This record gives sequence, C-alpha cells and structure tokens, in this order.
Amino acid sequence: MDYISNTPEDEKIMLDRISLRRMEDICQPIPEALRLKHFRVPSGLSELELKRLFLEKAKKNWNTAEHPSYLGAGSYDHFIPSVVEHIVGRSDFYTSYTPYQAEASQGMLQAIFEYQTMIAELTGLDVSNASLYDGASSSAEAVLMALSIQEGRRKVLVSKTVHPSYRRVIKTYLSAQSVELLEIPYDPLDGRTDLKALETLLVNDVACCVVQNPNFFGGIEEMAKIAEKLHAKGILLISVVYPISLGLLAPPGEYGADIACGEGQSLGNRSLFGGPYLGFFASRKEFVRKMPGRIVGQTHDEKGKRGFVLTLQTREQHIRREKATSNICTNEGLCALTTSVYLATLGKSGVQEIADQNLQKSHYLSQRISKLHGYRLRFRAPFFNEFVIETQKGTSLLEKRLHQRGILGPLPLQEFYPELKGCLLFCVTETRTKGELDELVKVLGL
Amino acid sequence: MRPLLFEIGSTGRRGTSLPALEFPRKEVSSFLPFHLLRKNPPELPEVSELDVVRHYTSLSKKNFSVDANFYPLGSCTMKYNPKVNEDVVKQIGFLNLHPYQEEETVQGVLELLYNLEKILCEIVGVDEFCLQPAAGAQGEFTGLLIMHAYHSDRGNPRKKILVPDSSHGTNPASAALCGYEVIQVKSNARGRVDLDELRRLLDQNVAGMMLTNPNTLGLFEDEVSEIAKLVHEVEGLLYYDGANLNPLLGMARPGDMGFDIVHLNTHKTFSTPHGGGGPGAGPVGVKKFLSKYLPTPRIVQEKELFRIKHDFPKSVGKLTAFYGNTGVLLRAYAYIRSLGREGLLRTGQHAILNANYLLKGLKTFYEVAYPEMCMHEFVLTATRQKEKGVRALDIAKRLIDFGIHPPTIYFPLIVPEAMMIEPTETESRQTLDHFIEVMKTIAKEVEENPTLFRQAPMSAPVRRLDEVWAARHPVLKWEKKKRDEIPVASYSA
Repeated sequence: MDYISNTPEDEKIMLDRISLRRMEDICQPIPEALRLKHFRVPSGLSELELKRLFLEKAKKNWNTAEHPSYLGAGSYDHFIPSVVEHIVGRSDFYTSYTPYQAEASQGMLQAIFEYQTMIAELTGLDVSNASLYDGASSSAEAVLMALSIQEGRRKVLVSKTVHPSYRRVIKTYLSAQSVELLEIPYDPLDGRTDLKALETLLVNDVACCVVQNPNFFGGIEEMAKIAEKLHAKGILLISVVYPISLGLLAPPGEYGADIACGEGQSLGNRSLFGGPYLGFFASRKEFVRKMPGRIVGQTHDEKGKRGFVLTLQTREQHIRREKATSNICTNEGLCALTTSVYLATLGKSGVQEIADQNLQKSHYLSQRISKLHGYRLRFRAPFFNEFVIETQKGTSLLEKRLHQRGILGPLPLQEFYPELKGCLLFCVTETRTKGELDELVKVLGL
Repeated sequence: MRPLLFEIGSTGRRGTSLPALEFPRKEVSSFLPFHLLRKNPPELPEVSELDVVRHYTSLSKKNFSVDANFYPLGSCTMKYNPKVNEDVVKQIGFLNLHPYQEEETVQGVLELLYNLEKILCEIVGVDEFCLQPAAGAQGEFTGLLIMHAYHSDRGNPRKKILVPDSSHGTNPASAALCGYEVIQVKSNARGRVDLDELRRLLDQNVAGMMLTNPNTLGLFEDEVSEIAKLVHEVEGLLYYDGANLNPLLGMARPGDMGFDIVHLNTHKTFSTPHGGGGPGAGPVGVKKFLSKYLPTPRIVQEKELFRIKHDFPKSVGKLTAFYGNTGVLLRAYAYIRSLGREGLLRTGQHAILNANYLLKGLKTFYEVAYPEMCMHEFVLTATRQKEKGVRALDIAKRLIDFGIHPPTIYFPLIVPEAMMIEPTETESRQTLDHFIEVMKTIAKEVEENPTLFRQAPMSAPVRRLDEVWAARHPVLKWEKKKRDEIPVASYSA
C-alpha cells in the first residue's frame, strides 16, 4: 500500500508535461553510477496485514494498564482523562508543523502560549519555552544556557541524586566542550544531596549546579538551603522537577531556582516505552534571550486584535546558525499540547488532588512494607511518591516472584548505584488501588 | 480570537474526577515539613470538560494542517500521514510500556525497533543504526559527536566542520554545539558545492563535511562522489543530513555515495505526523567502522531474545533519558512496511515528478533560482514581484487567503526573496494544478494591484501580526492581576 494519489493516466500526462518519456527517467539528475540496482526491502503490506503484525507484537508486551506497575524513575503511570487524547488526536493539530506562518497557525500558537503560562505557573518562574525533547536533554540544555550566562565559568556541579540517565545526557552534551563536570555525593543515610560536600565544591569558577527534586530516590531536597549557598557564590541553580509533585511541593521559583526543567511526560503523556515525551523549560525573565527552543509571544494585528507569533527568533538556528543558543528545531509541540489539555482538564484543584493522592498512597505502601520482616526504608528523607526499600531477601528472587504474579515490580538500584545492593525504588501513583497495594505487600511478605 | 483558557471558567469548576481514597487520609503535615510545601496553589484554569473541548476544538479550526490544506513547505516534506499508522501504535501494548520493564516483558516492541534499524540500514546503505535521537537536530549532534570521538581516538579531534552555504541552519548550530569551528563552502553557479573552493578549504584540521543531498535548492549534488573522495583524502568524514532523503527512496542511497554518517527525519521521509512542531525522531546510521561510537543502549539479538545492552565503552553516550521517541519510530516502521520495496520507490519517483510538474507550471510567472530539472523541491525567487513592491513574505501571506499553506520563505539564505516549494508525492495532479492557478492569480494581482498585498491575509482569523512588536515587548504568558494567599497544605480531598 502506498499513498500516491496520481493514477497511471495522471502519471502519463505529467511526464509528458515535463518532457520525460517514462517514469524510469525521473532519476535523470542522479548520476548513473549512483543509481541503486538491488533494493532489498520486503514487499508492502496491506492495511489488514499491517494491523495483524502490530497486534501480534503488541500482545507480546506486558502493559501497565493490565499489569500493576511500581516503576517510576522518570516515566510515570498517571491517569489520563479521555478528553486529552481526543483533543490531541484532532488532525488539525497533529498534521500541522512548526507555526512559522502565524496567521495560518493561531490555534497551535495560542495553545502553546497557554502551555507556557501553565508551566510558568507550575514552576513559579517567569518564562517558559514551547518545550524541548525530554527531561534529560532539557537538563543538558539548561546547563548549556547557564554556561552561556556565566561566561568564563567552566565548572558544572551535578548532584549524584539526579537521575543517572540525565547525568549521562548532560555529560554527553558537554563532552566536546572544555567544561569540568563535578558530582556532589549524597548523604548515605538521608539519600539527599550532601550539603557539607556541596560547600567544599563551591569554588569561584562554578557556573551552575543541577539538583533534582524530588530526587532520583524520591527524597525531597532542601532546595531553599541549596539555593542560598549557591547564590552566595553567584552560582545558578538548575532545578530538575517532577511536575506532578508541584501541586503540593514548593515550586522552583519560590525557593530561588534560576532555571527549572524536567520531564513533562507525567502531565498527560503515555509512558510509550520512553517517548515521545517533552522537556519543559522555564527560567527567570532576565535570561530569556539565552533560552533554547521556540517561544511564543503575544502581539496584535493591524486592527489591534490579539494574536500570537513565534518570537525572539534571533536566538534560533534558522537565523543565527552557529551562533544560535541551541541547535534545536523540531521540538515536542504535540506533547506540549497534550500537557496543556491535561492541565486544563485537571485544573487548579485537580493538580492538588493528584499530588495529594500520590503522597497518601505511596506512604500507605511504604509504611506497610517497612513493617514487614526483612524490609526497611533505606533513606530517612521525606519523600513524595517514590521511595527506596532495602531488603535482605535478594532482589532477583523478589523480581521472579512478582513476575510470576504479573506485577511490574520496583526498579533494582544496583545497576545505577553499585553501592545500593538489595535496594529497590518503588513508585506509587494515583492509579494504584488499595487492593493492588495490599496484594503487593502480601507477595513481598511471603 | 478565542479567549484564553484563563479568561473562561469559574472558581471551583473542574474537568475530571478521581476515585476517592480507599483508606483514611492523613494530614500532609504528618509526612512533610511545612517549609517544603507550596505556598500558593498554581493558578491553572478552572473549566469543565465541555469548556476544554469547545476551547480546543475552536483553536484547532484556526490552524492549517496537511489533513485540511495543501502544505508545500519546502524542506519539511509535509506528506500525508496515513491513519493506519496511528491505529497500530495506539494500543495499550505499546502506549502503556514503561521503559524500565524487564526485557522479557517488552519483546514485541524490541523486535519492531530492532527490525526498524535493519530496514533503515538497507534504505540508506549503512551498516548500523541507532534510534535514540529525538529529532533531526539531535541526530546531527549525535553524528558530530561520533565524528569527534572517531578523530579523538586517532589522536586529534580536529577543529573544523565544513557546511555548504545552502545548508539547513541546524548544521552549523549542531557543529558549534560540538565545539567545532564552522566553515561555509560557497555554492557554484550551478547551485552545487564549489569543488575548487572545497579543495582550498580541506586540510588536516577538517573533521568532516555535512551535506544535504538533494541540497536545499532541490538539486542533486551530482559531484558527490568527488566530494566524498576529497573529504576522505584528508581523512575527514562525510555526514549526510537526511532532511531531503524522500526523493532518493529506492533509487539511490547515501551510503553508496560515500557518506559515513547519516541522520534521518522520520517526520519528513517516513510520514510521522509533524505534530505542530514535533515530536519527530532522528535516527543515526553509520558505516561499520564507526558503529562502536553509537549512543547507548543498543538493542541486540541474543538467540531468541532481544536485549537492551548498555556496555559500549566507546559510545558517545546518551541523548535522551531512555531509548528515543518510540511512538514516532513505530509509526515510521508501520509506514515503511506498508509501502515496501515498490511503494518506497514510487514515493521517491512521485516526489520528483510532482515537484517538476509544479516547477514547469510556475516558471512562466516566477523566476526560478536554478532553472533545471529538480528533485523533490525547487526554489523560486520573487525578484520580479519585488520590483512591484511585493515581497516573498507578501506572497506567502496572500496564499493563506487561498487556503494554501505558504512555502518556506527566505531560505536558503543564498537566494534573495526565496520561496522553497516541496509538494511531496501524496498530492494529486488536480491539487498541483489548483496551486499553479492560484500562483498565477497572485502573479497577476502583483501586476494589477500590488497594494492589495499589504492587507493579506484577509481571510485568516487575524490580519498580519506585528512580529517586531512581539520581539520588542515580550509578552510570553498570560498574567492575572491579583492572587490569594492560600497554603496548599490546607487543601483537603
């Protein structure tokens, strides 16, 4: 099956019009020697065959709608109201492209302007862009932006409680630059950034410090204290946040973060085996001209009517080329739209209720597990909806036992932190029922 | 215009509900100290589900899209996005997969992604692919990191990257992100890379060259084999920017032209929806000698099992938190399997046919930047119209009145008053004829009534917007005048 509208008759008329005899002549501009002789791709499938193929493969996967999941660590199973995907599925949105021509794209531009407003409101910061790729790459872009603001400073601090993949992405983004990346250890009892160790690293040429909140272990960092220490040395604070927690926890703008970024997947986007997600990105307004990515601004037409356009484009690659603030072009427009529809549907009280339910349910489970023989909460810091349990039972035995019962169990941490042998990262969202939580406790207690 | 979401609704209204907690709720203060909590609730909209639906439905009608409009936006390949690709991916067996599930529980998706890598290798003529980069620009960055790692391993990362003056803006921006000095290579009178200039610029400090083929003028770089030879003579690498791969499908392969590293844009060539500016996906492919540098993790097949392998010590690292834009990649795979060998070839052929048919129909009324047979797109220059005071921008805005999305304008930068037109293979002859008629009408309007263009567009939801004002007085979010101070911790469910 292909999607070509022209019939052989059209083809003939068109070839004739451009003075070609046969379709084979269409490759004339390609030198003979470069033309492909053998193309080893299988023949096409009909729609029915394609559906069968994908259904067969989909069935081989365990999905989180049918298997209770305790996995978090940067991708979260949250409830998505039906209205979200119905709106986003309107092809007027999803088959459009970057709104370069504002007058033909007012729908998407207004939706992104509203998205920017919601992200600014959630993070408590002045301005948001129109989205970046994901949480990890937006953290890396935040570091690049901070380095550009802090001209001359060439050191970057990253807490070891930041998601290991995010740290790896930051390292990758900086790998071709002469920047020194330093990791701040975590307090082994608390599971949060070690503030004493942090102080020893606050030397003059540090540009910025990346801290995740809640951190990878779920712990809520003392962000205000960290901000104070950093600002005393003129260092920028980049706060990587889990937006669902912001219905309850202090937002980055409140504790003095200079840039807030993170993974927006939890706001209405499916987990989809890692993507597409969206990196949200907000900062204080004095940094806006250093920001990466598209930004939508309000303006007016010649009759004074309100309208929206892509703005501050002189930051961007299509105008500034090698002097652009970032190389990003296509971002995650549709995922940003998803996020705005989700936030609009939940609204002011809904985001608070979701956050509260996550807090309640995760604490219900953690308290019950830590009462079991052979299990204990590994860290004593307050947490939101993720927590680390240490067990003497052997994680592979537990994994097997949960697997047998069709449960997608917690994440073993040893692969990411070799010192955390026997430690499991649990995540509980509003989608888990009391019955599921009780069942899990029962299985762990066997 | 439609009011903003923040300007409708009323206090306490909401669009959804959650199941009640099934156990007694405890005070937030029993879990968290007060100083970690939010002081003011976020000022999000307070609207009903119907409010949400009416709002966004109204917005969606103020948007041009491929499903509703001809969208000849050059270099963006705005082809039709088949509906079956949406359906096959939108099932819980893909939508609801956590990236950290055990390998045994995600065999189906791993198999599809693995097979996508293999089929992409065959389509572009390279040995290995990595699907992780989230979009073309991130693919470019990945490719350049691979180049950097390769040269570093050989003792010298080198300093410079060459890009043609007609290149996409992402090329120099990605090179700069990789710490490279960007050197522009001039185009010759034929709109291709000037080989004499290239010879003059090549030396041992050049890490490589980035090239789009066909280039952004829609012309095939017919001396590409010589370019590859010259770049390889100084032990540089040749990088293929895959933005314009569409017209080569089934007919020619970058790998056979001497390219060492390739990125693709699935949202262009492989029909994944552009989504109002993403999500895309930018898979990167390389020749065998570079495969050890590809991003980690990689999908490998061990006996009957597909595994996610992390241990590649020479890898350039990671670009996204997990494995890239799986949902987009699966759509691309569905598209490739639907088309198959014959369909891919027909796609390439009809992309070229449609573009040349348009070119032929338009060249009487507009100057063509490089008048010869084009590939998938071509560039007009509104120089004749400019003499009447009508610029490419004005023509673009006027097209909106005819229900046609404007072409890419003022790009490539080397053509004055450029209008870059890419019809794609999915448009019918009738649509192309209609476009020719509209462009003819516009050309006539330029002659007869050039002042009309100052008012265009006249039928859009807004008249021409003041972009200069927007940049000088940035208003980047809606602001409420007052807010109340209610601690969130006092919230009770």
